[in-house]
Amino acid sequence: MKKNNNNTVPGDAGPVATSGVRTEVTGAEALLKALVEEGVDTIFGYPGGAIMPVYDKLLDYSDSLRHILTRHEQGAAHAAQAYAMVTGRPGVCFATSGPGATNLVTGIANAFLDSVPVVFITAQVTSSLIGTDAFQETDILGISMPVTKWNAQVKNAAEIPEVIARAFYIARTGRPGPVLVDIAKDAQFESMTFRYSKCTYIRSYNPANPLIGRDIESAAVMINHAERPLILAGHGVIISGAVAELKALAEKGGIPVAVTLPGIPAFSHDHRLFAGMLGMHGNYAPNVLTNRADLIIAAGMRFDDRVTGNLKKYAPQARVIHIDIDRAEIDKNVRADIGINGDAREVLTAMLPHIREKKREEWIREFRILDRTENEKVIKPETEPGKGELKMGEVVKVISELAGRNTVVVTDVGQHQMAVARYYRFTDSNTLVTSGGMGTMGFGLPAAMGAATGTTDRPVIAFIGDGGFQMTVQELGTIMQYRIPVKIVLLNNSFLGMVRQWQEMFFNSRYASTEMVNPDFVTLASAYGIPARKINRREELKEATSEMLASEGPFILVAEVSRIANILPMVEPGASVSEVTLTYSSKS
Amino acid sequence: MKQEFTITLFSENHIGILSRITLILTRRQINIESITASESAVSGVHMLTMVVRTTPEMVQKISRQIEKVVDVLKVFVHTSSEIICQEMALYKVTTRGLMSGSMIGDIVRKYHATILEVTPEYMVVEKSGTRAEIKELLSLLEPCGVLQFVSSGRVAVTRQVKELNAYLREMDEAHRTRKEALEFYN
Repeated sequence: MKKNNNNTVPGDAGPVATSGVRTEVTGAEALLKALVEEGVDTIFGYPGGAIMPVYDKLLDYSDSLRHILTRHEQGAAHAAQAYAMVTGRPGVCFATSGPGATNLVTGIANAFLDSVPVVFITAQVTSSLIGTDAFQETDILGISMPVTKWNAQVKNAAEIPEVIARAFYIARTGRPGPVLVDIAKDAQFESMTFRYSKCTYIRSYNPANPLIGRDIESAAVMINHAERPLILAGHGVIISGAVAELKALAEKGGIPVAVTLPGIPAFSHDHRLFAGMLGMHGNYAPNVLTNRADLIIAAGMRFDDRVTGNLKKYAPQARVIHIDIDRAEIDKNVRADIGINGDAREVLTAMLPHIREKKREEWIREFRILDRTENEKVIKPETEPGKGELKMGEVVKVISELAGRNTVVVTDVGQHQMAVARYYRFTDSNTLVTSGGMGTMGFGLPAAMGAATGTTDRPVIAFIGDGGFQMTVQELGTIMQYRIPVKIVLLNNSFLGMVRQWQEMFFNSRYASTEMVNPDFVTLASAYGIPARKINRREELKEATSEMLASEGPFILVAEVSRIANILPMVEPGASVSEVTLTYSSKS
Repeated sequence: MKQEFTITLFSENHIGILSRITLILTRRQINIESITASESAVSGVHMLTMVVRTTPEMVQKISRQIEKVVDVLKVFVHTSSEIICQEMALYKVTTRGLMSGSMIGDIVRKYHATILEVTPEYMVVEKSGTRAEIKELLSLLEPCGVLQFVSSGRVAVTRQVKELNAYLREMDEAHRTRKEALEFYN
């Protein structure tokens, strides 16, 4: 490495550099220049010893790179993920070495399981100390390997532009996912000549396969001949931007569309072909009729165990067309009769001209009949109880009715998440930010601030339970500091509700460590200067919601809901999707 | 039904690639019976040969997951009949034991083994062959006093004619002809 003795910053080393222009900078500045080249405008992070050279340079780039200081690295990781989900561009997250890096791990894993592109930058101790158990040294490459799409360590400043270019390319292409770049402290100080070109090709990496016309045509023939086809739409439909194509396919073929949890906004809930959510706490009709269908068309979804229930008794009558950009997902859980390894939008676009127009009214009627049963036995009592304690479902329903279209809905994990999935009416694509595959409690609050940072023209409403809220409650400080306008609906039942439900149903109502003694959340909010209001009567619900929606900045609405309540229907563990339980009489 | 598979994979020579691959196998509780890493015929391309015992369904799942690793170029899965493979073993045997009878003549003529070093105390015998042949020679030598025994992992070439270079060319070609249609995250 050539050492640069000239310490003065060259005149053209300002925040905006065009690719091709050679500039002498430090590794830390090269990193920031590379981020600017990639179109990054926001970074979530937390400083520390090893990453100080980067933070020092960040001050010079405050015009082009906004840094949000979270209160914990986990919060930064979740925020960056939510930012990526609402903007459609990779999120960026900074952390220092050692504990800074390990605190990211939950957030990295969460982004990995939900296929969200986030570029994590961690600092590492000086390269001569790596491997010696130095202060705040941890093998974050080794630790993050199972939960990243790709990771790399940089020990020379000269490598930074190329590694960052690769990181962004890998994160956002193919099946998106988190990547991590670990940069040694001496590489941040070292001088190098900055030159940037975006990565467009890696020999060993094949983000998407060319379509095979024969497979598309055979799939179309299979669809045209099916009497009871069912589309299962997942997150991949949203990621690939195939929402319009999915709608066109469903309408042309008269095919009902069921969605997975992360795929919830892939199809408008107001559409007559919307069949509801699949899986453990999904809707009655799509679960039962999965096992009546003669053809399953799975698009951008991966047959997660929460969706399929008992695999041995899953869709026994159906042939399966599986469209996924990740070849390793095809035949992984459910064997596909036709596996199409490709981008959902490309595949659906190519398939559409081959689909015959059909109505399939009789098949659709089967859904409506079961919908009526679910509505009467579960949905109505949950969303319009009229008497008794406040219920999660009715809170969600009222807010859903009063919130505008295009509102970004964020959830944490647990009963309230299922209440939102079931009772919020999603009509626009990419309006849900939730933790799907990982089920990470504590995701909601930091994700809400990441989402609100990424979108200024869409309101953000976060539904969070009292358990998950307190896992990352320190992020109220971040919300206060940056006046992030998130509307937080805290559904408080003073229980870890989902675990309590399982204890009631499967562990003989032995409530081991699920009851919570909570602080007064309104007082807590006031310590952070965040307006808050507590309600426990349904008469106040509409008016309090309107107050929240009309407020300028952040707002916390604490809804005291029924302590003992169960989310139904439920596909119990080991049961088939068609054996979904509609009613359960509480023993306690 | 579990059976033996030889997984041959080609990758870029990047740090950490071996860990990423073994992680995929350990998650599924698949034991690697042998593993050999080496250069391939294409310069800069690394080659790994692993022997595993598992079901045909599982080997397909894991090979797809391995091929998904960014730095992996190509994965091939072979049953025993599709490859020509060898292993190599070194036996360090006491000279006194080996000098008795017609043992030396036997191991050279019958087992096509080679003597690498002779000292008054020990001799080093080398043998290449199948695992079974290597084991057979070991049991023959055991009464003579085996001081050390070591055998390599499997090395294998395929019976198919298409070579890695052809795949690499195809991959480059596919990339050039494919239209860029991944706008959402761009």
